[in-house]
Amino acid sequence: MKIDIKLSGVGGQGILSIATVIGEAATAAGLQLKQAEVHGMSQRGGDVQSDLRLSTDAICSDLIPLGQADLIISMEPMEALRYLPYLAPDGAVVTASRPFVNIPNYPEEAALLAELDALPHVVRLDIDTLAREKGLPKSANMILLGMAAPSLPLLQPAQLRDAIARVFARKVDAVVNANLEAFDLGFEHAKNS
Amino acid sequence: MSEKRLLLGDEAVALGALHAGLSGVYAYPGTPSTEITEYIQQSPFARERGVRSRWCTNEKTAMEAALGMSYAGKRALVCMKHVGMNVCADAFVNAAVTGVKGGLVVLAADDPSMHSSQNEQDSRFYGKFALVPVLEPSDQQEAYDMMADAFALSESLKLPVLMRLVTRLAHSRAAVAVGEPLAQNALDPDSERTHWVLLPGNAKRQYASLVAKQPEILGLAEASAYNRLAVPTAGGLGVIASGIAYNYVREAAPAADFPLLKLSQYPLPAKQIRELAAHCSRILVVEDGQPFVEEQVRALLGADYPVCGRLTGDLPRTGELTPDCVAAALGAPCGPAFAPARNLAPRPPQLCQGCGHRDVYTALNQVAAEYPNARIFGDIGCYTLGALPPFRAIDSCVDMGASITMAKGAADAGVYPAIAVIGDSTFTHSGMTGLLDAVNDGSDITVIISDNLTTAMTGGQDSAGTHKFEAICLALGVEREHLHVVVPLPANMPEITRILREEINYHGVSVIIPQRECMQTLGRKLRQKKQQ
Repeated sequence: MKIDIKLSGVGGQGILSIATVIGEAATAAGLQLKQAEVHGMSQRGGDVQSDLRLSTDAICSDLIPLGQADLIISMEPMEALRYLPYLAPDGAVVTASRPFVNIPNYPEEAALLAELDALPHVVRLDIDTLAREKGLPKSANMILLGMAAPSLPLLQPAQLRDAIARVFARKVDAVVNANLEAFDLGFEHAKNS
Repeated sequence: MSEKRLLLGDEAVALGALHAGLSGVYAYPGTPSTEITEYIQQSPFARERGVRSRWCTNEKTAMEAALGMSYAGKRALVCMKHVGMNVCADAFVNAAVTGVKGGLVVLAADDPSMHSSQNEQDSRFYGKFALVPVLEPSDQQEAYDMMADAFALSESLKLPVLMRLVTRLAHSRAAVAVGEPLAQNALDPDSERTHWVLLPGNAKRQYASLVAKQPEILGLAEASAYNRLAVPTAGGLGVIASGIAYNYVREAAPAADFPLLKLSQYPLPAKQIRELAAHCSRILVVEDGQPFVEEQVRALLGADYPVCGRLTGDLPRTGELTPDCVAAALGAPCGPAFAPARNLAPRPPQLCQGCGHRDVYTALNQVAAEYPNARIFGDIGCYTLGALPPFRAIDSCVDMGASITMAKGAADAGVYPAIAVIGDSTFTHSGMTGLLDAVNDGSDITVIISDNLTTAMTGGQDSAGTHKFEAICLALGVEREHLHVVVPLPANMPEITRILREEINYHGVSVIIPQRECMQTLGRKLRQKKQQ
């Protein structure tokens, strides 16, 4: 069994932290893993993406083929749409819904969200606003991870929570707790939507 | 049982080198190679062993210093991005003629598709050019395993060994089983002078000996465990897949029920190629980068044997391979289920908010607008993004250092004003010599060294000339009254534009150094301080 995940967002939004947590959980669970990251020039406010492949069997390609991603996890709604050609027919999209507008020709928001909502499996939420309201301004990406948790059949939510605790262990307890709280918020949202 | 670690391809190379008894890494930062040296710099094991790892001024100084360490009998690694090979080519090619003592591995990380580069040259050509063995790992495990073999190969052949990565391996993570570290070599400088003093008489002997080694190098590639031929069936299509391409072939055809040659060590193993050809009626060559293997296979098998690949259009002639184009070439395409989105716009990278380069371009654009014939020659770094909107400020970006020298040449031809914009790290990498030319010629150019106190584009590595730029410029002969240091902030715009105008109006070499720390490195330092 395998799960292919496209992670996307804008440089600096923290998609690599999401990948790190899933990678940590997958490694602890004894899964095979390959994760292609983007470093360098594109990190400067441009679109960024990472291919994360988990499997019970050996993984060949570091990159996900077109039409095969089981899941798109995106910190930004237009960036979720960018990778549609990679989404499998029954694949899910889990995305933040608030546009990050740093270009002059950003599409019209309503049309963009309508296009997202027309897809078969979409979970979206204004994670930035929720994170701020709950006093977790730096943990929006962990809300998103929580939202994706029900779509990660190879990993249990408890395994992801343990991974958050390990990944952020070098930081103070407050950071770990904020990230766990954020994860739970996202998970609840996805379960109820 | 061996320990497993989750490593980037770059990190696997770094750890493989450390475990192979490395004594020093020499490198200039460049995507996608930077993380190799960073891993060694941050490794407690490397610190314990005293492995030398500070950044070098450029790839040529790195290559020469590594050759010096090899001369002294110790194992050294040189890392760079593909275009760095151009910078160090003189030292690299001649290191094959002198030969080496301690193992010398040269790692070039190629960037097909130019994710962060200005071309997609294929470093394997450099290996063939210099007549040295080339290794090309297909995955992270091989990247780790190959390092010990590469150093051993280098010492047994007494030649540098070139190892080639591509972006998708350098920057992809997977679990790697790691082994026991080997001891470092003891200090044992070479005393065989005739190898090292490349006067024509010696060089001719050395070159003849290098050429005489070629059958042995070929034999090693043909016997290499990294080159594997599998012939499950015979008759139809055979595939040659080099390096990372092997994974894409396996992805597209998990059963691999066709003859398949996995290629990871060069020179091209002619024996296996002929054997493969004998088992099939045509061959598809799948390789990331330029058609290096494909051209040689064609030459080897003759014009009548059908060979396809990038040269025949079965695979794209440019850009990196993808599992999709490889699947299509194998006749097993797997297309998208969803069409590209309608509500989509490109989101190019841009200069950070608050970045000093922004203020530099704001000032430059303001002043340049007063001179309709002004030309601004750019260089390699974050500030190359000044070419994009909203600034659209630069007219060229070619290679490290070319801003100053191109401005000089254009000024020689009569372009006025000719302005160069170069970053601090790029200036010490390759700009200083050009500035000396300009000073000696009294060229009418205005040079802006946009100093953010770091090598920012690659993630904030130490910059070789930090706090030394005024001294360097003065020593190169720039006149004191035409050398200015300013702080690029919106509040200082009147001062900066005034100085720019005055120096453009001065018909000689002037240097303006806008100096303010990179927002990213500043932010990182503040966060570190807060954590402490």
